[in-house]
Amino acid sequence: MASDGPTPLERFINGILPENPLYRQVLGTCPSLAVTGNMKAAMTMAGAVAFVLVCANIMTSLIRSFLKPHLRILVFILLIAAFVTIADRFLAAYMYEMSKELGPYVPLIIVNCIIICRCEVCAAKQGVLPSLTDALGQSAGYALALASLATVRELLGSGSWFGIQLFWGEGAEQYRWVLMGQPPGAFLTLGLLMGLSVWISQVWGRRTKPRVSG
Amino acid sequence: MDVISQLVLLSVGTALINNYVLHFFVGMCPFIGVSRRVDMAFGMGAAVTFVITIAGILSWAITYFILQPGAPLTRLILGREIDLSILSYIAYIFVIGACVQFVEMYLRKFFPSLYKAFGVFLPLITTNCAILFACLEIMKHVVGVGPAEQWGLFQAMGLAFFAGIGFTIAIVIMAGIREELDHCDVPGPLRGPGITLIVTGILALAFLGFTGMDRGINKRLVAPKPAASARAQLAAAREGVREHGGAAGAQGATAPARPDLSPDRAGRTADEPGGPARVLP
Repeated sequence: MASDGPTPLERFINGILPENPLYRQVLGTCPSLAVTGNMKAAMTMAGAVAFVLVCANIMTSLIRSFLKPHLRILVFILLIAAFVTIADRFLAAYMYEMSKELGPYVPLIIVNCIIICRCEVCAAKQGVLPSLTDALGQSAGYALALASLATVRELLGSGSWFGIQLFWGEGAEQYRWVLMGQPPGAFLTLGLLMGLSVWISQVWGRRTKPRVSG
Repeated sequence: MDVISQLVLLSVGTALINNYVLHFFVGMCPFIGVSRRVDMAFGMGAAVTFVITIAGILSWAITYFILQPGAPLTRLILGREIDLSILSYIAYIFVIGACVQFVEMYLRKFFPSLYKAFGVFLPLITTNCAILFACLEIMKHVVGVGPAEQWGLFQAMGLAFFAGIGFTIAIVIMAGIREELDHCDVPGPLRGPGITLIVTGILALAFLGFTGMDRGINKRLVAPKPAASARAQLAAAREGVREHGGAAGAQGATAPARPDLSPDRAGRTADEPGGPARVLP
């Protein structure tokens, strides 16, 4: 069964688009809405999530033969909590300003559904290599999703990208779409982007289907 | 009086202004997943309120007595002061998991009908970020603040309970909208989570209107006659500017506006005789 599953490379690619954690599986929405006000915060968050996801997946895969079915979720959560503490301390030590800005959303990675879902679906059943590529693919997909969200919000909200002022120049203050930096902007952007991703996949499917059948 | 005004401020601030779903984005998974029908949404809200209150109380107790630097119980056991707050995340998630498990067992034994009503929602709550977020908020007010501002059990419980109430309000409103949304002609790609998020955005926009409400309530509660006190404040400010210069004037302006907050006032009245005395010679 395990050998019939997708190859490691396929797992990696699956995570990026066909099974994108945010747009397809609608997992991990809470932090992704909160940290995408600007690009820097979003990328730091993506890095933290990637670190925790990779470490937790490798550890889960290593101890998978010892797991008891009724205790496994508890074990996953404790593992994740330990790695999140490491990531949080690291951010507080080396990127203090960013850790202040992200605030409670770093510890909230513990209950991020993506990581528990990947531990449960993949790492608890597969060897180290497949779960590693799976984790890398999922975190790349999550990083892409966060980047798209943050790009839209930061460009519309303050006309900058990664903190570099791209347009509006000197008088940027008066053109700012303040709402984009605030909660409603986050919800609206994610909703519209989610619709866009579904629409693209529908158009894509319509275009490829006749070729397959014909 | 002070306790009641604090509770009112806490309730408005947590449930309406900083609504957990619509302002902090936590608890989105059940908010999107279980907001299809009003009765289910209400059940989820009640379950979350129940668990979040218990988890808030427990996490406050653990933080206050064990985890914070110089905590009494740790000092009693180890004989010296030690900062265990690095363990807080693991401790909280453990508390939440255990709490959900115990609540489930308790309800199944003693309130079978309630247990049946909650159904599948109870175990789902373990991974609800709103609860961990409430624990972290409580921790922020216990660890690393001075003893005067440190929160007691009362405030921690209030915050947790009203966070749950705010979640319930948001999810029930959302479920009501979604029931009506079923009869609407939503564009194909937006069906499901897409339109839910857009409607949530509009709802969040409406909730932005509560911003600043706490300041108004604070003014009403603390200074019963706003007009008179404002005039007195202005007069006092003018007097202060004329007599002691800018700094003392600002002090005089803030002092009469908050007559009920005894610690602040005590601090100020203790300062004030010192101020002019230092200026006069």
